[in-house]
Amino acid sequence: MFFTAILQTLIGEEITVELKNDLCIRGRLTAVDQYLNVRLAQIHVSNPDAPLVLLLLRNTCSVRGSCIRYIHLPTDKMDADLLQEATRRVAAASKRAIAQE
Amino acid sequence: MSSSASFTSGAGLFEEPTELLRVSLDERVYVKLKGDREVVGRLHAYDQHLNLVLGDAEETVYVSEFDGETDEQIVRQEKRKLSLVYVRGDTVFLVSPLLRHTELFL
Repeated sequence: MFFTAILQTLIGEEITVELKNDLCIRGRLTAVDQYLNVRLAQIHVSNPDAPLVLLLLRNTCSVRGSCIRYIHLPTDKMDADLLQEATRRVAAASKRAIAQE
Repeated sequence: MSSSASFTSGAGLFEEPTELLRVSLDERVYVKLKGDREVVGRLHAYDQHLNLVLGDAEETVYVSEFDGETDEQIVRQEKRKLSLVYVRGDTVFLVSPLLRHTELFL
């Protein structure tokens, strides 16, 4: 949930999704869900050895969250302090939830 | 009443393993990943699945190749800079703080 929220702040930005099969898909992020499935628009596949169908794709695609290895994020759109503060808050909240059980 | 079993490590008290990540926030960490990959970077965010956000990171991939002439297995390192990256938690084997500072908590 927490990472869904982080990625949702990047909707509309150009990101590169690197899959577990080494395929890199660059595109504009249009949607993220709770499983971290991502939807990209105006995509571009940079690996020259990728299957031709993928190289010809130009419009939109959905990527299953579990296939993702990395997502390269735009440095200028993320605030490190804000991320750390949010992480601390989420960690504290989950600790309280465990204590109440 | 707390049902979570606490464990101690050195002088400090950790109630759950991810607290090591909490004290490592904004510190450089070493992350070992599936598929002979390692990333060293500054920890900006994590969650209970070990999804991570790392800044100023460097990835090392160990590629092993077989040399047909000498019948030897050669392991080659490929390094790559990742300025800001989200790492999916299911590929993470281990996360370890690099800085001596965090040992104060241990």
